[in-house]
Amino acid sequence: MSSITETIQKVRYKWSFQRAVAELLAKRWMESIIPFLMMCMVLIFCAVAIPGYLSFSNLSDTFSQFAEFGFVVLAMTLVLMVGGIDLSVGAMFALADFVALVLFNVFEIPVWGVIPLVILTGALMGAINGVLIGYLKLGAFLTTLVTLLLFRATFDLITPIYAVEIATGYQESEVWDFIGDGTLFGIPANIIILIIVAVIAHILLSRSRPGWHVAAIGSNRKAARHAGIRIDFTIFCTYVLSGILSATAGLVYATRLNSSSSNTGDGLEVMALTAAVLGGVSLAGGKGSVGRALIGATTILVLINGLVRLGVTGGPTLVMQGMIMLIAVGIDVKWLKNKNKAISKIYVVPAFLDLGERPDARINSHTVFEQNSKLNNARAIGLGTIDGPEDVILDRQNRLYAGTREGWIVRFSGDNHEHQEVFARIGGRPLGMAFDAEDNLIICIGGMGVYGVHPDGEVYKITDETNRTPWKINDDSRLRLADDLDIAPDGKIYFSEATIRYEMHSWAMDGLEGRGNGRLVCYDPAKKQTRTILRDLVFPNGVCIAHDGQSLFFAQTWACNIMQYWIAGPNKGKLEVAIENLPGNPDNINRASDGNYWLALTGMRTPAFDLAMKKPGFRTRMVKRVPPDEWIYSNINNGCVIKFSGDGEVLETYWDKGGESHPAITSMREHRGKLYLGGLMNNRIGVIDLPDADPNWTGPENYWGPK
Amino acid sequence: MSRQDLAETAENASLNQNSYAKKGWLKKPSQELIVLATALVCFLFFAVTLTGFASFGNLVTMLRSIAVLGILSTGMAVVVIGRGLDLSQVSVMAISSAWVLTLMSSDMSLVTIMFLGLGFALVVGILNGWIVAFIEIPPLFATLATGLVCFGVGRWVLLSGVHAYPPKEAADFLFLGQGIVFGLPMPVLIFLVVAGVIHVFLRRTTIGRHIYGLGDNILAARLIGISVRPLIILTYMISAAAAFIAGITTAATVASMNTEIVNSTLIFDVLLVVVLGGVSLSGGRGGIVSVVVGAILIGILLNGMTILNINSDVQNIAKAVVLLAAIIVDRRLHPKDEETDKQGDH
Repeated sequence: MSSITETIQKVRYKWSFQRAVAELLAKRWMESIIPFLMMCMVLIFCAVAIPGYLSFSNLSDTFSQFAEFGFVVLAMTLVLMVGGIDLSVGAMFALADFVALVLFNVFEIPVWGVIPLVILTGALMGAINGVLIGYLKLGAFLTTLVTLLLFRATFDLITPIYAVEIATGYQESEVWDFIGDGTLFGIPANIIILIIVAVIAHILLSRSRPGWHVAAIGSNRKAARHAGIRIDFTIFCTYVLSGILSATAGLVYATRLNSSSSNTGDGLEVMALTAAVLGGVSLAGGKGSVGRALIGATTILVLINGLVRLGVTGGPTLVMQGMIMLIAVGIDVKWLKNKNKAISKIYVVPAFLDLGERPDARINSHTVFEQNSKLNNARAIGLGTIDGPEDVILDRQNRLYAGTREGWIVRFSGDNHEHQEVFARIGGRPLGMAFDAEDNLIICIGGMGVYGVHPDGEVYKITDETNRTPWKINDDSRLRLADDLDIAPDGKIYFSEATIRYEMHSWAMDGLEGRGNGRLVCYDPAKKQTRTILRDLVFPNGVCIAHDGQSLFFAQTWACNIMQYWIAGPNKGKLEVAIENLPGNPDNINRASDGNYWLALTGMRTPAFDLAMKKPGFRTRMVKRVPPDEWIYSNINNGCVIKFSGDGEVLETYWDKGGESHPAITSMREHRGKLYLGGLMNNRIGVIDLPDADPNWTGPENYWGPK
Repeated sequence: MSRQDLAETAENASLNQNSYAKKGWLKKPSQELIVLATALVCFLFFAVTLTGFASFGNLVTMLRSIAVLGILSTGMAVVVIGRGLDLSQVSVMAISSAWVLTLMSSDMSLVTIMFLGLGFALVVGILNGWIVAFIEIPPLFATLATGLVCFGVGRWVLLSGVHAYPPKEAADFLFLGQGIVFGLPMPVLIFLVVAGVIHVFLRRTTIGRHIYGLGDNILAARLIGISVRPLIILTYMISAAAAFIAGITTAATVASMNTEIVNSTLIFDVLLVVVLGGVSLSGGRGGIVSVVVGAILIGILLNGMTILNINSDVQNIAKAVVLLAAIIVDRRLHPKDEETDKQGDH
């Protein structure tokens, strides 16, 4: 392939529109974009199709109806969010309207008495639904369909008794008239009430414990139950609130029109349901907000009003309403079902990565990388009793520590490390480890952040977030995959976060992407502050402070190179490549007793994989069309440890030929003339003797001096 | 397990149930018997206390209303046994039959017109089933919306007014509602035929047994190889066909069809019959015999209340309360599993 094509590919795959779309789709607020656009379209349509639609008098007329409808949609949204439905809102609305008028016009009770009484009526009706659905566990749809019949029949029964008195009775009240058609700063009073209620409801739903309980029950009833949420009571409360909101709507309607007729609130439940679903409130529960409810309410109100103004009558309106409901619900159902599938289809966005000529590591190649069998006879520690020791470390008392897949830190002690115990249970996936000056064990936990363990086994959190990258769509402040760390002489903890786009269990996907998704982060214990220092690194993995404490080395696993970054001294802030073009994927780096460094190669490059990394389109198609177990990955069937000097020269290699006992070595630690080996997927820790090494050298002493 | 084995197993299960019911029927009477006894008590009570209740004219009227309610309920029962619900039934019934009446003033033959009306009903049924089975919208929402659409299309495209009347000379047609055969009014006869056919279909055919499996556990039904999606569509088609037959019967009886029936509480009566008749809303349970018994009870009650001159609103309140009580009892007898409870179930 010519270099021009490669350059074009490099540029083309560096920034990705698809990645932005994938990240946008994963955002929650994206779900309201379509309803919002739909609302705008309906508004524009009405403005164009109906002459004089945008005139002030028409708009204020439309908006005066908006208040009561908004309340009803809010009521519906609340019960939809808890995973139920309330079809009786229209009937409750009508009854509340009637009660308000009877109290005010017939019994001449002052406004301040009418309001609480009407709301109480609503609460009582809601409580009937709440008891039936919350405590007796009836199906919400059918139950509220029946209570709709019940309330409506009650309404029809008592309306004629007072109809004449309501029409003729009248009480002078400024407050009543103000709520009905007063304005404040040009805004109708009832709209102001709606806005106040909406703001309170929004805070309640999105910022308070009861609101979270509602969403939790709606999205997963079983999980909510297991989390100890009082399901019965919460559901009961939402139906009571639904009754109260519907009653408020009725009250506002009563003050506005001063009338009650047999078809008041007829079909309101279907309209409110359509509006809520159209606004993006999910029928399946758990998803919804006050904003979405109001967007939906506006769309439906404007649409129905527009159709009336256009002279469209009964039949077509019904057909339209039914179709809108079917389409909105259908999209909701299908979207919920397939959203994650769609996102995962476009989430992996491979980039162009040119790894250069692969060094020869074959036997008889006479290179420094030539395969040998130095690790094949490594003695096993904890064989079959330890699961995935990604990193290993030894303390001043020669005890051996390793993190396991269970989220434990396991400690081996005794002359031959034959005694095994669980030192600490942290959770997550323990990865890189280091001892600080006070002999605390500092550990990177995949999925959690950076944690510490005191010598007595007590676990404490160090950090789990860093500063957010500006202009990034996804909030990347949480640490997803803290990988390895080392501690500088001044106590600052430097650690790598391998990728911000994938979780611990899907790290291999990041390899297929081959993009600079990782970062180097520094935690300053003096300021208790976490700051990102380097971004866009290609799976930064092992981190090791150089012997002089002026710089650090870190490995970029997919880029197959070692970088050196100066953290102190005259070169502070300089970043350069220490070793490039390794024969495999580098993992952890640690100090050696002779002033050099150990490096683990976890996987070996293959010609096919190298070529694939230069073909982003190929990898995209592979991820989309081939099942994951058929994908091409780097070869992890060899174990290899390399020793390199501070100048970036590779000195020695140790191979486990054929990967018989220690494939995919991710870490190694030198301690008192021995080298300990850990592997992410191994069932043992290996140990070999290093005849030429200093038999008294230990890591903690080398870092922090004798104690 | 082959289909035949499966059918046999289902057969055995139902036999066991029957034998259990027989053995202990003095101790624990089945729901059918309770409902039947209640119906008898009501009948005797009304017959003694209400003048004119036991008159021949009223009995025929009552049987006719029971017949229409019964036809609708058998259709609904099939859907409910398959764990669905069809709220579009009344809409289908009104529009399809009113369309038939409208078309009768043209020069098409009655048979063609009937097939057109049935075709319309079946299209709505297929639409319902397709939306429920393939788009997976909960049946209540789906049928509520299709009911609106069906009614809207009828009012907009098919019909010219709220009422539809058959032409004067349509004696063949009116015979369907007003004729008497073997001493029975035609509606009752039609009801018995529909109930009999659906009873045999549900109890004696493989597909019928599969509907029980579908309602009991749709995932298990799919695992043993039942094509659940076509089966769901079939249940809604049966319900729509029953709605059409009920509509024709009504239209022929009173020689008109008022499409405002859509706004009445008829669908609640149907639900009442189905739930009281012991067809659990959680699916997979109940049968046509109990639906017939339920229809008789509700028919007697409604007729009695009407003769008592009870206000229709009070009747509605009574219906609502009884229906709520029935649903509560149904939920107590067949509790839903909190752990596997699915959103959107009724």
